[in-house]
Amino acid sequence: MQPRPIGLKILDVVTIIVLAISAYLALFFAPTEKVMGEVQRVFYFHIGTAWVGLLGFVIAAIAGIAYLVSKNMLWDRFEVAAVEVSTVFFFITIVLGSIWARPAWNTWWTWDPRLTTAAITELIYIAYFMLRQGIEEPEKRARFGAVYTLLGGISAPITFMVIRLFRTIHPVVIGSANGTQEKMSMSGDMKIAFFFALFAFTVIFVDMIWHRLRLSALEEKVESLKLNASM
Amino acid sequence: MFLLLEEAPDTFGYMILGYAFFSVVMIAYVASMYVRNRNLKRDLETLESIQAEEAKPTKRQ
Repeated sequence: MQPRPIGLKILDVVTIIVLAISAYLALFFAPTEKVMGEVQRVFYFHIGTAWVGLLGFVIAAIAGIAYLVSKNMLWDRFEVAAVEVSTVFFFITIVLGSIWARPAWNTWWTWDPRLTTAAITELIYIAYFMLRQGIEEPEKRARFGAVYTLLGGISAPITFMVIRLFRTIHPVVIGSANGTQEKMSMSGDMKIAFFFALFAFTVIFVDMIWHRLRLSALEEKVESLKLNASM
Repeated sequence: MFLLLEEAPDTFGYMILGYAFFSVVMIAYVASMYVRNRNLKRDLETLESIQAEEAKPTKRQ
C-alpha cells in the first residue's frame, strides 16, 4: 500500500485542530441557553454530524449513478466510504438528539416524523452493509450497492424536509418554521459556534472519506489476490 | 400564579453524556479503521509471500 500522502497528513492535523476549536466554541464560547441549560451545547455537534451524515448519503447516491454509468470500481469504493462514514455520523446525530430530548421533551424517544424518518434512514444504511456482505462477486456487489444507495438516497432529503411538511415537535434550525413549529433562535456567539461546527464536520468528513477510500483500495487488492490464489 | 424561570435548569449531566458518547463512538470508529488496515496489510504480506513462493522454480532432485 502507498504511504500516507502529504495532503492526507496535513488534513489529519487540520481535522484535529478544527475539531478542538469546534469543541471549545460549543462548550465554552457559546453562551448557555436560558430555557434548556447546558444540554443545548450538544446541539452544535448534533447539527454538524447530521449535516455530514445526510450529505454522505446523497454523495453515495451520486457515486452509485456514476458507477452505473461508467462501471468504474473507483465509484463503488467512493460509495462504500461515503455510506460507512455517514452511517457512523448519523448514528451519533440520533443519539445526541435523544440525549437532548430527555430534558427538553421529558422523553428519550418519541415517534415524531423527524425522529422516525431519521431512524428509518439509519436502518436503511445498516441493512446496506449486511446485504452487501452477502454478495461475493465484486461487480454484482457494486451494481447492487449502486441501485440500493440510489433508492436509499431519497431518504436523506425526506428526513431533511419532513419537519417542514408535517406537524412535528422537532425545532427548525435552518429556514422558516410554519405556524405550529418552534424556531430555534441563536445569538451572535451561538451562530459562530454553529457555523464553525458545520465547517469542522465537513473537514472531518473529507478526512475520514479519504482514509476509508485507502482502506477500500487495500481491501480490493487483498480480495483479488485471494481470488488468484484460490484459482 | 406563574413561576418565572430565573436560572437555566441543571442539564449539565446530559451535556457530558452527549460529548462522552460522541468521543467514544469517534475513537471506536478510528480504532476500527486502524485495526482493519493493520489486518489487511498482514493479509497482503502473507498473500504476496505465498505468490512469491509459488513463482519460484522448483529444484530438480
